[in-house]
Parts: sequence; C-alpha cells; structure tokens
Amino acid sequence: MYGNIDRIEPPDAPSDATSDAPADGDGGGMVAAARHAEFDRLIADDQRIEPRDWMPDGYRKTLIRQIAQHAHSEIIGMQPEGNWITRAPSLRRKAILIAKVQDEAGHGLYLYSAAETLGVDREDLLDQLHAGKQKYSSIFNYPTLSWADMGAIGWLVDGAAILNQVPLCRCSYGPYGRAMVRICKEESFHQRQGFEILHTLSRGTPAQHAMAQDAVNRFWWPSLMMFGPPDESSAHTVQSKAWGIKRFGNDELRQRFVDMCVDQARVLGLDLPDPDLRWNAERGHHDFGVIDWAELNRVIRGDGPCNADRMARRVGAHEDGAWVRDAADAYAAKHSRDTAAVA
Amino acid sequence: MSGQRGWPLWEVFVRARRGLSHQHVGSLHAPDAAMALRNARDVYTRRGEGVSIWVVPASAIAASSPDEKDAFFDPALDKAYRHPTFYDVPEGVSHL
Repeated sequence: MYGNIDRIEPPDAPSDATSDAPADGDGGGMVAAARHAEFDRLIADDQRIEPRDWMPDGYRKTLIRQIAQHAHSEIIGMQPEGNWITRAPSLRRKAILIAKVQDEAGHGLYLYSAAETLGVDREDLLDQLHAGKQKYSSIFNYPTLSWADMGAIGWLVDGAAILNQVPLCRCSYGPYGRAMVRICKEESFHQRQGFEILHTLSRGTPAQHAMAQDAVNRFWWPSLMMFGPPDESSAHTVQSKAWGIKRFGNDELRQRFVDMCVDQARVLGLDLPDPDLRWNAERGHHDFGVIDWAELNRVIRGDGPCNADRMARRVGAHEDGAWVRDAADAYAAKHSRDTAAVA
Repeated sequence: MSGQRGWPLWEVFVRARRGLSHQHVGSLHAPDAAMALRNARDVYTRRGEGVSIWVVPASAIAASSPDEKDAFFDPALDKAYRHPTFYDVPEGVSHL
C-alpha cells in the first residue's frame, strides 16, 4: 500500500543543482562533469541506475526520502488491518488477513533493503520514523471501525496503491524497481480479497450491505488523496519525472482510478459518495467532485484521527521486540564462539 | 537493546526450481547465518518462489568498480571474432 505522499511535502531545499555542479578549477571538475554526463545519458536512454553508479545528490536524496516513506507506509499499514485479525468473521478470512499483513511487513523489508543500497541504515530510517521526522502515507491515519473496512482498504486503498506502484516497477533506480516488481505481484491478491469481502457483504443482509456502504463512504475520499495534490501544486513531480523516478502525474493516475472504480462499484452494488461523479463523454472520463485538500494537510500535519495512536503502537512494538533482538544477538555470539572453538 | 544496530547485511540468492542457478533476490540483516536463512525464507519465498536459498555476508563479496568499467571490460569489446556472426557462411551451407 502506498500513495504519492512524498509529493505533498515542501521541497527541503530550493534546488540541489549547486551541489551537483562540477567543481571548478582543477581536473576534478572534468571527472565530475563526465560522471554527470554518463548519468544523464543512462537516464535519457531509459537505462537503470545501479547502487554503485555515480548519481546526483538530489537524485539520491529524493529516492531515499521516497523509498523510506514507502517502507514506513508498508509497516504502519500493518496496523489498521492487524486491528481486525482477532475479529475476522471466519477462519478463512482470518488466514487471508494474516497473510496480507505479513505481506505488508515483507514489502517494508524489500523497501528498507532497497533504501540501504543508497547508503543509509535501516535503523536510522526507523529512528527518523519514530521521531516523526519521516512520514508515512496519510491513509493509515484513518481508523478501521468495522470488518467492512478490511474490504474497503483492499479494494480502494490497495487499488490506489497499485496504480501508483505499477509505474514504479520501471523506476530508473534498479533496486527500487526490482522491489516494486515483487510488491506489485503480491498486491493484486490484496485488492481482490478486499473486493471479495465487499462483494460478499453487499449481497448479504441489509445490515451487512449498509456496513459495506459505510466503509466505502469513509475510504473513498482519502483514497483519492493518496495520489497526492494536483500536479500544478506538486513540488516534486517535474524533477521526479525528469529523473525517471515517476512516470505519470498525480491527476492522471487519480483519473484512471476513478474511471476504474465506477465500473467496479456497479458490480459491487455500492455507491461512491460523490454527487458530482458523472460520465463526461467529451473528455472520455468521469468528472468528480472537489477534494478537500485541507483535510489531507491536516492529517499529514499529524491531526488525523489515528496519528498519535499509530506512532505509539509502532514505537511500542519496536521496544517490546528488544528482547528478541537481544536474544538473537546472544545466540549468534555464543554460536560464533562455539564455531571458533571447533576451528 | 545492545545489538540491534549493526547486524551484518546478507545477500540472498534463491534457486527458483531445479535446473536453474541461484539468483540474487535482495538482502536482509540478521545476527547469524541461521537467522539469515530463516528470515530469507520468510521474506523472499512466501509463495513458493524457491527450492534452495543461499545467504552470503555482503562483506564477503568483491565487486568490480563501476568507475573502471570501461577499462575493465574493454578487452572483450574488440574481439568480434568470438561471435559466430563474425564469419561469412557461403550460400547453401546448412547445419553450420
């Protein structure tokens, strides 16, 4: 699960251009210019950049920020669904939900591993998450109030994530693209199981149908926000596109998502909560209502319904797991002594 | 929380099925080889992606430097005669 969350933050510096400029004066300038030219050539040829290649500081920083936020989103994303594992309505649903939450943990690990190829430590990234210095997708700051929310998250949240993620499989940075290939393969099960939950509830009793509709009502707008702000106010889109990190604009992906969901909602027998949603034959797309960006900014700033809760749970889990890490360390130390003694 | 920092990095290689070689799939941190193998199973083969796993300490891998790649690989580039397409084959010759 993931949104274009990094697009929402203001850029941390006006430009990295100065730090990428070749040094003047000595021969080092020539080498730097040649390296930069080689980087530009690879990007222009739609080739991949690999970990030990030279890359501009801005490219590296952008990737670290984006991959770290993506990784954080995966592991924080375990919480809204973990909330329902003990209350899943059947053994089948429980087994599926456990597998899905385990996948989210795995996706986090693929991504931390990709981020580390850029020269950062996973522990440092986690520290920054725990200190509130790095963000995760705002969608996970909404509560999961009913079982139907597991369906809405799978259908809408994972559906939006897939649209964001599929183009990232062709990201110019090799390790990130390879991690995304793996993740996308696994996400499609997530989306389908969500759709199936909603489909089942929608055709159930009137109360179950109402529960499904309520979940869709609450998750529809936050899902649209997952694509990030409109392109004209998106700080990073232009540069990220030039670098081949990002392939499509936020609005284009959002439109694709709306068009896709309208037909699927019809099959589900559920309404999308937008009175302005209608087919526009001229554009060949659905028009939809105005998104409340003030709400998104509130949630990103930390005033969402669950921000404090999610962080407290995350930090608590990390601290509660300390004894496991210590035990693994102690075992490794003892074992290496044994091995040394034998040798 | 003594040792949570600095667990060594392991590169993970998975043999997808018999008849194929192990392929690099990613990396992970673990305190020792046994944990690295277990974690690699959980992280990289949740859907039967492999029948065999290698974990290798990342520090044990020696790699060519991207900076010297031209000089390093140049000797292979000017020997077109190492490829079968270098040779002219007369009309009508088959199985060659």
